Amino acid sequence: MPALAHAVAPVLTATSTPPVHVDTGDTAWVLVCTALVLLMTPGLAFFYAGMVRSKHVLAMIMQSFACIAIVSVTWVLVGYSLAFDDDAGGGLVGGLHLVGLAHASAGVPGINLTIPPLVFVLFQLLFAVLTAALLTGATADRMRFESFVVLVAVWSVVVYAPVAHWAFSPDGWLHRLGLLDFAGGTVVEMCSGASALALVLVLGPRRGWPREMMAPHNLPLTLLGAGLLWVGWIGFNAGSALTAGSLAASAALATHLSGVGGMIGWLALEKKLTGKATTLGAASGAVAGLVAITPAAGFLQPLPALAVGVVAGVVCLFAIRLKFRFRYDDSLDVVAVHYVGGVVGTLCVGLFAATVVNPAVTHQGLFLGGGLEQLGKQLVGVLATSAFAFAATYVLGRVLRATIGLRVTADDEHAGLDTSQHAETAYELTTTSTIGRSHG
Amino acid sequence: MRLVTAILRPHAVDDVRAALEPLGVHGMTVSDVHGYGRQGGHTEVYRGAEYRVDLVPKIRVEVLVDDDAADAVVGAIVETARTGRIGDGKVWVQAVDEVVRVRTGEVGAAAI
Repeated sequence: MPALAHAVAPVLTATSTPPVHVDTGDTAWVLVCTALVLLMTPGLAFFYAGMVRSKHVLAMIMQSFACIAIVSVTWVLVGYSLAFDDDAGGGLVGGLHLVGLAHASAGVPGINLTIPPLVFVLFQLLFAVLTAALLTGATADRMRFESFVVLVAVWSVVVYAPVAHWAFSPDGWLHRLGLLDFAGGTVVEMCSGASALALVLVLGPRRGWPREMMAPHNLPLTLLGAGLLWVGWIGFNAGSALTAGSLAASAALATHLSGVGGMIGWLALEKKLTGKATTLGAASGAVAGLVAITPAAGFLQPLPALAVGVVAGVVCLFAIRLKFRFRYDDSLDVVAVHYVGGVVGTLCVGLFAATVVNPAVTHQGLFLGGGLEQLGKQLVGVLATSAFAFAATYVLGRVLRATIGLRVTADDEHAGLDTSQHAETAYELTTTSTIGRSHG
Repeated sequence: MRLVTAILRPHAVDDVRAALEPLGVHGMTVSDVHGYGRQGGHTEVYRGAEYRVDLVPKIRVEVLVDDDAADAVVGAIVETARTGRIGDGKVWVQAVDEVVRVRTGEVGAAAI
């Protein structure tokens, strides 16, 4: 979406909502991509669920499904307006003209759309859903469900929506600065990753971490989830072209190649370090590569996209060591994969961005002879997004901890969130586990 | 009557069962168990972090036999399950006071 704004619309002044001339091909493509992006959240649920212990698996899935419900509502009520309405001041946040989606079908301020604006609303809604669901990997196995619901509802409005405005809205200050973020390296990956780190620091570690082994209970589930994410990511990135043309084709190819590069990079390093190439490594590396290409998909040629994936696979695997060094229990490595991968990708735009791929690239990347200009803009995006998402989420987390509380009791944590939070058990694999009496 | 209990490598169970048939053993109870002895566990690697898994999966076989059949049954189990490497398991024998077949009410040796 920002790509198209760059490509077609010179940055327009506030309060201008261009008329929409609907192209059926573009509309069909973005509708398909919208469905693909929706698929990513259940995919993420399975990706994460396989990595937790069997007593927490339903709670893990439930948090992602709850994000679909919660963020869909907050988005149509107020989030979309704060992200995409005409600027309310300083490029920091949108206004309230589109609250409740009033006037939303007329167009999106500053963006020359060839699809019905309501398709754009839904496409962006599902980005907001997925970004919130990403948080759950860091806070796994210890949050009360009620507190999680409140956290996500507030977070999607006060943290996600402003950051989306900064980079995705043509009025946003990072967009006006010239940050190139094709599909959300800052907005989705770094925003969720930095917020995840803040939440982990507020929550504290899972009981027993890192002394106890907390191994994944069902890696086939994780690999299934990674596969669904990979498919969905084509829609996430190539759909962000908002047109069904060469830009979408280029973004789709770059996305796939970076996922491949991530898998290769991660597995090669893992094999060298531990002697084994693991299935969890294959899934994690692919996701790391897909994360890193998210800001870059519509700006890079194919081979640089492959390289970005390899670099992300290697760097993200090393980044997992940080949590053991600094003793923060980022349970499923949201910081190492999404934050670090997002930073890698966002900076790589400043190295590899090519005008031949996208005319929105006004300063080519450093490695294409464009100098440091674009890299500097990318760095500003990295620093600003990191600082705001971390600080705002930290404050939100502390306020909720002091008021409604965030963690389950020790007994509930030991028993598992499935029974303590949802009164269910995921797997009834033995006869004895199903012996019981009905209370009517 | 005697209860013979054997902790064995999982893949040994089929052969043990076949070896006991000719001795008149027509029933046994088998369970999945985990434990540790002199045999070490194994290492698992998740995202570069290595974990030592100490408990080893084993199979527990329980067989009720007449007093005078116990020695032959134990001998057949040991003979069949032995590989000579650490981790082959253990077999022990306990005295049993009474046995009742639920379906018929038969007691003692007739219930075995």
